[in-house]
Amino acid sequence: MTVTHTPTAGPATPSVEKTTYREAMREALREALRTDDRVFLMGEDVGRYGGCFGVSLGLLEEFGPERIRDAPLSESAFVGAGIGAAMAGMRPIVEIMTVNFSLLALDQILNNAATLLHMSGGQLPVPIVIRMTTGAGRQLAAQHSHSLEGWYAHIPGLRVLAPATITDARHMLTPALADPDPVLIFEHGSLYNVSGELSAHSGPVDIDRAAIRRPGTDVSVITYGGSLPKALAAAEDLANIGISAEVVDLRTLRPLDDATIGDSVARTHRAVVVDEGWRSGSLAAEISARLTEQHFYDLDAPIERVCSVEVPMPYARRLEEAALPQPAGIVTAARRAVGEPVPTGADEGADAGRSS
Amino acid sequence: MSTTRTPRKPRPSARSDPQAAHRLALLESMLRVRRFEERCVELYSAARIRGFMHLYIGEEAVAVGVNEALTDDDAVVSTYREHGHALARGVPAEAIMAEMFGKATGCSRGRGGSMHLFDAGRRFYGGNAIVGGGLPLAAGLALADRMTGRNRVTCCFFGDGAFAEGEFHETANLAALWGLPLLLVCENNLYAMGTALARHQAQTDLALRAAAYGMVSWAVDGMDVFAVEDAARRAAEGVRAGGGPHFLEMRTYRFRAHSMYDSDRYRDKAEIEHWKERDPVEGLARRLREAKELTDRARTALEDRLAAEIDAAVEAAERAPEEPVEDLLKYVTSPVEAIRP
Repeated sequence: MTVTHTPTAGPATPSVEKTTYREAMREALREALRTDDRVFLMGEDVGRYGGCFGVSLGLLEEFGPERIRDAPLSESAFVGAGIGAAMAGMRPIVEIMTVNFSLLALDQILNNAATLLHMSGGQLPVPIVIRMTTGAGRQLAAQHSHSLEGWYAHIPGLRVLAPATITDARHMLTPALADPDPVLIFEHGSLYNVSGELSAHSGPVDIDRAAIRRPGTDVSVITYGGSLPKALAAAEDLANIGISAEVVDLRTLRPLDDATIGDSVARTHRAVVVDEGWRSGSLAAEISARLTEQHFYDLDAPIERVCSVEVPMPYARRLEEAALPQPAGIVTAARRAVGEPVPTGADEGADAGRSS
Repeated sequence: MSTTRTPRKPRPSARSDPQAAHRLALLESMLRVRRFEERCVELYSAARIRGFMHLYIGEEAVAVGVNEALTDDDAVVSTYREHGHALARGVPAEAIMAEMFGKATGCSRGRGGSMHLFDAGRRFYGGNAIVGGGLPLAAGLALADRMTGRNRVTCCFFGDGAFAEGEFHETANLAALWGLPLLLVCENNLYAMGTALARHQAQTDLALRAAAYGMVSWAVDGMDVFAVEDAARRAAEGVRAGGGPHFLEMRTYRFRAHSMYDSDRYRDKAEIEHWKERDPVEGLARRLREAKELTDRARTALEDRLAAEIDAAVEAAERAPEEPVEDLLKYVTSPVEAIRP
């Protein structure tokens, strides 16, 4: 198990710089482009525009149009071209604007990137990195807001990463590029503007391991990506009412770090899984099933799940907020798990998906 | 484009005439594909080969002619009807047959079967069973060559069915836009599975449509190996000279059904017979015989040699070890040592 660097409060040292998740991603890209000639960035609007979410701003000027390559709006072709280039020895980083659009390239990702190594009997590894945004919270409605990373986590042959912190945003790319197999990086759209501190001494993160972001003793809150800040906020609220929540950040959605998740639950005996995907067939369902298989006798309460309500993501702010996991819903689930009375009405709007 | 090239003067011996020797080599290569697949039919009927199997019989001139224009350094991306492409690329019959048998010595270690033949060493990026699925990959292989300054051609085979897929159009646009060194070879055999060209394409002149992307595009008689070779050479030269993607529509025909499961009820027997009169293998043999470049005796010797080669491949495949079940999870991801050396 690896416990990593939650930026702690305290006197800032000169070795810590203030940055944002977006800038951390950009710095990771810059480092990769500088240190390896085989690396190039390809995707819609990554060059002139500076990236649909501003991640690659300035990289075109620094590295030129060959390596910061604006692609036509044709996800299947440019993702597939990335796969072909990877097979020919390059280290492409392909950016897809959102996970919803990645479905147009799903054939290439599943039928080629994930399967070529196997179908070829080990002859054709595909060292590609595919980055995309995921998640809701910005009132972008159903075709720009879904959390489908769990679908990709279903697929053998892929590694699926979800950096939730600035440090992970900065340092997951290096190991992702070093992986000889396809790696998908899901960046939650609501995280780009998150600012925080990044240690100058931080280095590549272990993409095999989940991280304990907040230690606790009463309940394990297991989550990833854009839900991590919500889980941490919920843990803070829970601490105020005397419940000590341990927050586990999965970081890697495939392969899942069963050991870190299981060790946490073996200590706390209770689990709440928070996942912005829909409940049915979700990553939360998988984690819940694994805990039941492997830690049934460690559990003192049924596993709780806090997922998105099973509805296409609505535009209206109130509706969108109601559809998404929120700290209040996580608090309620954790209270239920530890056997604390749940105030009347606390469930309302917090986890409507539970009864569906 | 008309590229019919008939043998010129009759020669007494191919040995003293490199061109005649080349023509004989083309015949041998096509016959190897034909005889190999005929044996596959027998083995399929005997349930030694399973799964989906798509035969190339009737289209041999395309694989063989195009391959003549490629070097060992070039890349080939193929479809699920790829036995001919693989053999023409030099993948040994033994490795292909072992793959069909699902054996450990198969060119994909038994993970691929008929539809997924691969040979990285020969830059054969094989067997894609999603119609059009290989096109973006080929663009990527070509892109890598462009970016690293390697003067190589990536050749992508696909069928007329792929013209209905977005991936053809996305790839054509991307390749033309970026001037990628790509040779697109459409094997127009007039059927997308069981649906005739006119019933699946609004505009059946495929070369015309490819030209709309700004690519150099020709339609070629795909039943004439000389025409195919000539067109492929010119197109490959154009690609090598920096002319961007080139497109060849090979007008060909498959004599067999789409797959071994297909009862072939969607086309007239007369149509098949009509095309069989243009059999690329027998047509070439006839021309060589007429030109006195192939004697009956030489033909028999050639057939015997190929039969022995295929016999040996089948025997080796029969004897080859099975891939152990303990290795089931091998090649899902790369071995750990590849990740952290």
